[in-house]
Amino acid sequence: MVQITLNGKIMSLDADPAMPLLYAIRDIAQLTGTKFGCGLGLCGACTVHLDGQAIRSCVTPLSAAIDKRVTTIEGLANGINVETPMHPVQEAWLDNKVPQCGYCQPGQMMSAAALLASNSAPTDDDIDTAMQGNICRCGTYPRIRKAIKQAAKTLQSNQSNAVNAREQEVQS
Amino acid sequence: MSAFKKLNRRDFMLMTGKAAGTLVIGTSLASCAVSNRADTAKKQGADGEASSAGKLSSTTEGDLGVFVNISATGDVDIICHRAEMGQGILTSVPQIIAEELGADWERVTAVLGNADARYGNQNTGGSASIRLHIEHIRQMGAVARDMLEHAAADVWAVEKNSVKTEQHHVVHAKTGRKLGFGELALSASKLPIPDAKTLTLKESSEFSIIGTDVKLQGLEKILTGQAIYAQDIQLPGLLIASIERPPVVGGKVKSFDAAEAKKVAGVVDVIRLKDREFPTNVNPVSGVAVLANNTWAAVEGRKKLKVEWEHGDNADHNSDVYKADLIKKVNARAKPVRLEGADIYAHDFDATKTVEATYTVPYHHHMSMETPAATAVIDDNGRCQVWSGTQAPQWGKGLVFAELGLDAEKDADKVEFNTTLMGGAFGRKSKNDFTIEAVELAKASGQPVKVVWSREDDVQHGFYHSIAANYFKAELNDDKRCDYWLQRVAAPPIGWIFDNTATYLSDGDLSLGFADAPFDVPNMAFENQEVSTHVRTGWLRSVGNINNAFGLGSFVDELADKAGISTRQMWMNLMGEDRIFDPRKEGFEGYTHYGQKGEEHLLDISRFKAVLNEVTQKSNAEESLPDGQGWGISVAASFNSYAAAATKVAVIDGTVEVLEMHTAIDCGLIITPDRVVSQMEGAMIMGLSMTLESEITVKDGKIVQNNFYDYPVSRINKVPSLHVHLIRSDKAPGGVGEPGLPPILPSIVNAIFHASGTRVRNLPVAKVLRV
Ligand code: FES
Ligand code: FES
Repeated sequence: MVQITLNGKIMSLDADPAMPLLYAIRDIAQLTGTKFGCGLGLCGACTVHLDGQAIRSCVTPLSAAIDKRVTTIEGLANGINVETPMHPVQEAWLDNKVPQCGYCQPGQMMSAAALLASNSAPTDDDIDTAMQGNICRCGTYPRIRKAIKQAAKTLQSNQSNAVNAREQEVQS
Repeated sequence: MSAFKKLNRRDFMLMTGKAAGTLVIGTSLASCAVSNRADTAKKQGADGEASSAGKLSSTTEGDLGVFVNISATGDVDIICHRAEMGQGILTSVPQIIAEELGADWERVTAVLGNADARYGNQNTGGSASIRLHIEHIRQMGAVARDMLEHAAADVWAVEKNSVKTEQHHVVHAKTGRKLGFGELALSASKLPIPDAKTLTLKESSEFSIIGTDVKLQGLEKILTGQAIYAQDIQLPGLLIASIERPPVVGGKVKSFDAAEAKKVAGVVDVIRLKDREFPTNVNPVSGVAVLANNTWAAVEGRKKLKVEWEHGDNADHNSDVYKADLIKKVNARAKPVRLEGADIYAHDFDATKTVEATYTVPYHHHMSMETPAATAVIDDNGRCQVWSGTQAPQWGKGLVFAELGLDAEKDADKVEFNTTLMGGAFGRKSKNDFTIEAVELAKASGQPVKVVWSREDDVQHGFYHSIAANYFKAELNDDKRCDYWLQRVAAPPIGWIFDNTATYLSDGDLSLGFADAPFDVPNMAFENQEVSTHVRTGWLRSVGNINNAFGLGSFVDELADKAGISTRQMWMNLMGEDRIFDPRKEGFEGYTHYGQKGEEHLLDISRFKAVLNEVTQKSNAEESLPDGQGWGISVAASFNSYAAAATKVAVIDGTVEVLEMHTAIDCGLIITPDRVVSQMEGAMIMGLSMTLESEITVKDGKIVQNNFYDYPVSRINKVPSLHVHLIRSDKAPGGVGEPGLPPILPSIVNAIFHASGTRVRNLPVAKVLRV
């Protein structure tokens, strides 16, 4: 039994610790939002967050996640936005109608969310660098660029609202 | 006869897996044409397997294509029987029905239909779903609307023509009375079905849903990770199968040793798949399967297998040698398919005014993000359930019957074929080899089995776009037009997989931008060369248009350069006067017209010109540029749509950088504008890596490439700014999924030529320039 925290829940998975995290998530925990695309860390379809960092779960053993927080697309919105079931990245994806077949998109959104967590106002170059490990064969890249910029704005205004609210609290 | 029917609840349940509402109407698409590709496959000698495949291309009177299902609460389900692979059909078909029905889009849900012969043709390819079926889809909505209006008129005891449908209600304008769809569903369901021919469809000026960017069906599920693709099917006790397949087409297992594989924890069984004979058809290629209770164990077990192969006759196929031979062949006289004017061979070409060139494209692979996958389970009574991500559910279902030795009619309820979303397909998933693997293994193991392909499996056991050589020779006259034109093609025909005696491209293949070239040149010859085939060839997004448009679009650019005029002007000169162009009247009797029967889709020279002018203007492609930069343009019509592309590149010190790309598309009536834009964006991005960097090669019969590291596809950092220019039109709708791709390839190589003087005639560009 291997214990990990998956989308905020502590879970014991009956799996070999050497099993790639991707298969542990899909086959053992039966969460299928995280996708297989290449198995070699080349395409990003399997991207999840490990303690907030975007990683390729197809080349990361389950053992690397022991006692760590794993977040998949199913858990991306958790705790961020209580009013809607979506993270600002997902909302921006919705507004820009990014997906075609949609298969690569969980990985794209996980990479984008991790980028925005470390860089609140990414330039085109920043986006290209952070996202070039995520392939979309349908060709949704122009919309991914637009959606990331939109999500960045939402996150910034959420943040400044939060700061204002805190300041108000302090003043009152 | 009326093709529209009321449905009983049990049938509805079977065909959709959903409970029926109050008013359920289904309609037949039987009177419409069937998928062009299925037709082609059949003509190419697919009779044996294809007709045992049941409903490959035959539809009967009772077939039901699309449904409208209205519940007592007024919720409308519209069943879409075409497969969804990212093209947006799950939105577009319901959108057309909702328009005629007068429904409120917020209350419409699209449901993906299961495989069922009663749907009529479900093979989703040839960009055909709308262009071949729109009339009927519209009538479906109109029939339901008419019944609701009748029901309301009866309630109010008024004339039927005094009521009207608006936003999910029927209203009586005079009195302002209103009844919702839900309130009317029951009484409407008791009325007879009207004759669709007596109903008036909306004028395009009245459209409020068609042509607008409605909310996409199923989008939230994709964004939250809830969308179910074939890879995602879970069942209790499910085994995962990973299959080691013969490296060479036609190869067989000589012997294998599973001892080590069976020692891997989680491995449950190792099963040898049965050998299959030629023609390969869309059958599995056999091999040895490792079955395990999770994917990783199956993959690890497979690494421990020892298999010896008998490679068979194709082990001496080498694509570099084959390509050199294709070039030789295409430079030799071949079988004429279209002849106009004088004997081209009697003409003495003036070398100073003649351009002669040969172009090649390599094999290509679809590389959809989701690799093939299918699940099957057979219960104690021999009933088989299948879940597959396929473009051809019924063709697949027919193959399942055949695999299990069942009769498609007598044993109809013994097979349930569920379709899932596809994570991309591009033509690959019209072949159900992976589905049959799952059925074979479920039967052999007695367990539920999901067959999962690795990326390497996908790259090495595909149905490839044919390697091809196109040859052109034309002489310019003093008006910078051409009087003499010769062109040939040499490429392995797709028909070979169905009939391995096929050595020539079929009429259908030749209708894909080859012998339908819309030129006004008095003396022309188009020829088809005989070749042998050694890998499984297949339909890949726009098919033969890829190499034909690459060759033609490059050659017109070379002619323009020789004549000293713009590429756009050269196209205009070659096409001549605005007119309707019917290849059958221009010497190409075999023209298949993308399965269209009517006249409204014949090639229209003015539409060619309009997209070319539009893209040139909008991109400013005729501007003068600094040294080292260049624009390239091209145009192609395919699947009854017209697309022109303009690409701007810089070539500096032998390195190509693509700076900007534009596409202008005239696909006739536009249903979902945003999805047309997204298909054009996708086509530009696919065309980019296809032209610049990717190729499939074969050594000793085995595919050389493995994964994204050696079959590169476009990544975000290589994609320039993209611009799509939609031409709004009332013309009959054309295809959208494929037509964007063909003009991209020549636009890029033409731009490279104008930037650097280097003419790339053999793709990919990466062979001669850094990309
Ligand atoms: S599946 Fe992990 S990077 Fe491709
Ligand atoms: S949306 Fe299909 S692969 Fe990205």
